[in-house]
Amino acid sequence: MTNRRQKFILDLITYTLLILGAVIMITPFLWMVATSFKFPADQFTKTIIPNPATINNFKELFGTHLDFPLLFYNSFLISGLITIGQIVTCAMAAFCFAVVNFRYRNLLFTLLLITMMIPAQVTLIPNFIIFKWMHLIGTKAPLLIPAFMGGAFGTFLLRQYFLTIPRDLVDAARVDGASLLRIFWNIYMPLSKPALAALAIFTFQGAWNDLLHPLIYLPSVPNTTLTVGLAFFQQQVAQGGKFTVLMAGGLISILPLIIVFFIAQRQFIEGISLSGVKR
Amino acid sequence: MEYGLKPLGRERFWLLLLLAPTLIGLIFGAFGSILATIILSFMKWDLLTPPTWAGIENYIALFTNEKFNTALTNTIKFSAMYVPGVVIISMFVAILLNRKIKGVTVFRTIYFLPCVTSAVATALIWNMIYGKDTGILNYVIQHLGGQSICWLCTDKAMMSVVIVNIWGAIGEGMIIFLAGLTAIPREYYEATKVDGANEIQQFFRITIPLVTPSIFFMTLIATINAFQAYDYIYMLTRRSQGDSSVPVVVFSIYRNAWNFFNYGGASAQAIELAIIVIVLMGIYFWMEKRFVVYE
Repeated sequence: MTNRRQKFILDLITYTLLILGAVIMITPFLWMVATSFKFPADQFTKTIIPNPATINNFKELFGTHLDFPLLFYNSFLISGLITIGQIVTCAMAAFCFAVVNFRYRNLLFTLLLITMMIPAQVTLIPNFIIFKWMHLIGTKAPLLIPAFMGGAFGTFLLRQYFLTIPRDLVDAARVDGASLLRIFWNIYMPLSKPALAALAIFTFQGAWNDLLHPLIYLPSVPNTTLTVGLAFFQQQVAQGGKFTVLMAGGLISILPLIIVFFIAQRQFIEGISLSGVKR
Repeated sequence: MEYGLKPLGRERFWLLLLLAPTLIGLIFGAFGSILATIILSFMKWDLLTPPTWAGIENYIALFTNEKFNTALTNTIKFSAMYVPGVVIISMFVAILLNRKIKGVTVFRTIYFLPCVTSAVATALIWNMIYGKDTGILNYVIQHLGGQSICWLCTDKAMMSVVIVNIWGAIGEGMIIFLAGLTAIPREYYEATKVDGANEIQQFFRITIPLVTPSIFFMTLIATINAFQAYDYIYMLTRRSQGDSSVPVVVFSIYRNAWNFFNYGGASAQAIELAIIVIVLMGIYFWMEKRFVVYE
């Protein structure tokens, strides 16, 4: 009896805290949506339902000198290509680490994992100097090239998944005379779609939201990414402009990822869980 | 016996090809860059005139450079608040969600939303929330009878930025802890239930010890993120002329290199940042052996 009563009280506390937390988590998003539909004159009003409401802020995004469609196109192209590069090169390496027995495998894998702990800022300056020397600053190349050189996170994530595929499959294929490449392409790739999807979503999200790298390699508007464009736009608006248009821009920039998240929620969650399990 | 297929004949070539991008990345991208940064940290170079050798001058300058010391102090303060904050709160959320309640998916989605969206976009709205005269937060405080607070001014800005960073990272931590919690075998709980333990006793006897691997992993990730935190800080604390009210080390590196063209000095700062992170990781792994319970 006391146990049941205790459970009821604990349930009550649980729901209260979770709902309170959820309100804190979602309010900034609701506020962004609300502001983006308000008239500029009402931009600082404290009502959550815009009254009167307008869609002019979204129309104005196309009129600014920021060239929003170009920012959108750039972000999309860069994130897409980075995702392809990561999927291909990380899957190739992860297959070797998970399936093939070769000399220095453990050493190489350990070195790769070590790179995960090194702050990205350490490699930023020499990379910038090399790309500057190659006259590639102001182009998309410095953002894309490193994506085609594998990466610790993606390789680790895919290797974890590859290790769960039964080895009997590989052995049977080997007895039938299948080559390494065949095993990679015909067994591991088709069976790993969930992990590949998880990595694709993560990589795309990371690239889409990245600020530091585009800020260094594509530093000037209008030919840059959404994040850099928005950061510049914010600076302008802060000196007297329409916050409603800024919020419309912010909302549009996060919308694609929110849609992807709602569609592929499981991949997101599983991806993080997969990267969090013990080596 | 090591597991794995032995490559046969021509397959050695294919193996090398499959590994080639990663090898190039490791040699040039990662370890080559680290070496280059170390070398650069001993030089004076603005990329316009030829570089000159500076010896340990850049490092000595770091000790007397007041701006860098402020940045370092800020980074340490930031990490000291952010890491425990995000680990404890996200563990707490995960434990609540793990209590077999209704609507887990809805809660999970809402808590995870800030992790999906870009810091740049959400910082836009946080700027409006924190606004001194027009912000929502001060509006609420005034209605409750309090005084307006300048959330992003020097003395309060650190706390405000930490709050936003934690807000943006709870979702990821929650998922990591949920994965750890669901991995705890049911039998443990059933066994102690037979012994008459209630939910609170079970929590301290089973859940906490067995969730230590997740605490360790999450602390590791949060620390790495804390020392690299940039986006929210850049977006929330920027001032005119590119300065910041909460300059952290990453901000200082960026500013020295790309605003002041002091690439040598910026490299020395990057190396110092890396050394601090490496030492911290060493301490963590030492603590893992002592405190983390693996089944």
